[in-house]
Amino acid sequence: MTATLTAPDALRADDGRLVLEVAGVVDEVPGVRTLALRRPGGGLLPAHPAGSHVVLDCGDRRNAYSLTGDGSAADEYRVSVLLCPGGGGGSAFVHRLAVGDVVTASRPRSAFAPVSTARHHLLIAGGIGITPMLSHARAAVRWKRSFELLYGHRPGAGAYLDELRGLCGDRLAAHGSTAEMLAAVRAALADQPLGTHVYVCGPAPLIAFVEETAAELGWPGERVHAERFSAADLDPGEPFTARLARSGTRVPVPSGTSLLVALERAGVAVPNLCRQGVCGECRVPVRSGRPLHRDLYLSETERAAGDSVMCCVSRSVDDELELDL
Amino acid sequence: MTTALSARVARFPFPFATDSYRYSTNVEPARRPTTTVAGGWGSGVLDVDDDYAAELAERRAVLAADPTRCQELPHMRVASWDALTTLLPDLAALCPGTTVLDRDGDRWTWRNELLGTARTFTVGDDDSLPEGPLAFLGSQIQEDVVLLDQREGALWADAGLVTFAADWSMGFDVGMRFLEVHGPVPRVHETGVIPRAEQFLMRLQPGEEYRRTNWTMTVDRRLDASTETYAEWGRDRRLVVDDPALPDRLHLRVEVQHLIRLGVSNAICFLIRTHLLSLRELATVPEWRARFGAVLAELPDDMADYKGLTRFRAAAVDWLTAS
Repeated sequence: MTATLTAPDALRADDGRLVLEVAGVVDEVPGVRTLALRRPGGGLLPAHPAGSHVVLDCGDRRNAYSLTGDGSAADEYRVSVLLCPGGGGGSAFVHRLAVGDVVTASRPRSAFAPVSTARHHLLIAGGIGITPMLSHARAAVRWKRSFELLYGHRPGAGAYLDELRGLCGDRLAAHGSTAEMLAAVRAALADQPLGTHVYVCGPAPLIAFVEETAAELGWPGERVHAERFSAADLDPGEPFTARLARSGTRVPVPSGTSLLVALERAGVAVPNLCRQGVCGECRVPVRSGRPLHRDLYLSETERAAGDSVMCCVSRSVDDELELDL
Repeated sequence: MTTALSARVARFPFPFATDSYRYSTNVEPARRPTTTVAGGWGSGVLDVDDDYAAELAERRAVLAADPTRCQELPHMRVASWDALTTLLPDLAALCPGTTVLDRDGDRWTWRNELLGTARTFTVGDDDSLPEGPLAFLGSQIQEDVVLLDQREGALWADAGLVTFAADWSMGFDVGMRFLEVHGPVPRVHETGVIPRAEQFLMRLQPGEEYRRTNWTMTVDRRLDASTETYAEWGRDRRLVVDDPALPDRLHLRVEVQHLIRLGVSNAICFLIRTHLLSLRELATVPEWRARFGAVLAELPDDMADYKGLTRFRAAAVDWLTAS
């Protein structure tokens, strides 16, 4: 999973970032590079739930990359990064790294953990979306959870295929054509034991297909979990103005600039962590105007209330949004 | 004053910063040494003191008499392993002279001279630790443990080993949501304290550690004041009022509670370490005597009632505020 984030003007200095040395570079398949990251002096790295990510400093950007291990405390993290030539430059930065280079990253962050009460875990991955699913599959094997993995990839471009075959055995079904993959997903969603949870990571159309098919087949929404390439998928949005009710200041928010960045540039400090609408830290109270919610954090009820906005990704429906700041 | 008594006073986590007490979401980062007028506390998460062996013997006895004090819903086994493998290294670091942890991959050997324990087990292999990882953890640390699962936008108290509860019951609470567990607490629902605390906990990221204190009062040095044994201790709250030994029998009971997001399982590990200090011991620190007297006198009736202080509160205030 990759989420490209615009580098904030002032980075938090006190968030306990990890200093990591590139200990290995492996090209899984053309265009997908895996980094092995260790502490420069050695030693255990923090444990994490399956499906976690770290936010890596990539030059002038920060990108979130899924950790592919089972999550037990180990002396190495691995991330796999698809080179996106037209992207924001984060993946190119990663692909330039060599053994011995030192990078900084956040501690692991969890937003896509397996549900402990699930009786079966249906894992669905498309393309580079395999990275969090590799973590899920490894953890499921280690902790003896019932699971199966559907993996759609381009012919000849299936990262980790050999390793997954060894890990999952007949619990893996890999498909080199989209039509086959979608048919397999539909068939799997139509025939699962009660108490199954489904997890999907991949391109937006795959996620939408899983969510729509699951809904159509009567799956409860809380049993369907998606890891999106969130911020990278968001459009730049329409310009609007944020009015700060307490100071009367008007802060213009141009297209392509987030409300959070606009506030920071205006000298307004807002607590924040993930900057991709996941963590819930940057919630700002709204006095008037209709927020255009684009986060993955607020519940439907909270969205409908319209009295707060996650300013790192969300914008405004109206020309002006009045904030209680 | 004996050495043991002064050590107890010096390490006591006296919880009152002002002359009145209300519920709040009073969490702070863990592992911050806190200085008190008598000494200090709080440099670590686990806390081993002079009563270590005695309290663990008491836990064994409580569990032998009532195994329901240890609860684990089936989906919590990973969290139990996670709690054990997170906290044993912490205990080894805390007691380097008396405990040794050897790790060979998943094969762990634990030696604890304080208790005469020597065990080898394989992380994740239930057969290698027949009593279960949670019960084994509880045999090595003075803290009570509750493990909260996070799902469906809520926290669930789905496992725990609690032998030193202050008037509640792990066996009754197991499987409840966080909000349900706190249902009987007065005031906190109107003020939003509990929902805010739950939101805070649900956002904790892997490895994050916070702590808070809570308090009540207990007659005698009775760690096991759980609902299950109410028949043994309930009436003491009435009988102590006319007992000349009241200042020696009435104790301020402070819980240092740690909240840890376990890495592998994503569960919240809630540790409760109970400290008891009699009013007479407390009064060896004049500032504490005056402050606790003021807090008790000012405490609203509904809070005093919930904490079970109503019967003896006036007598305690009288003793604390007598010159």
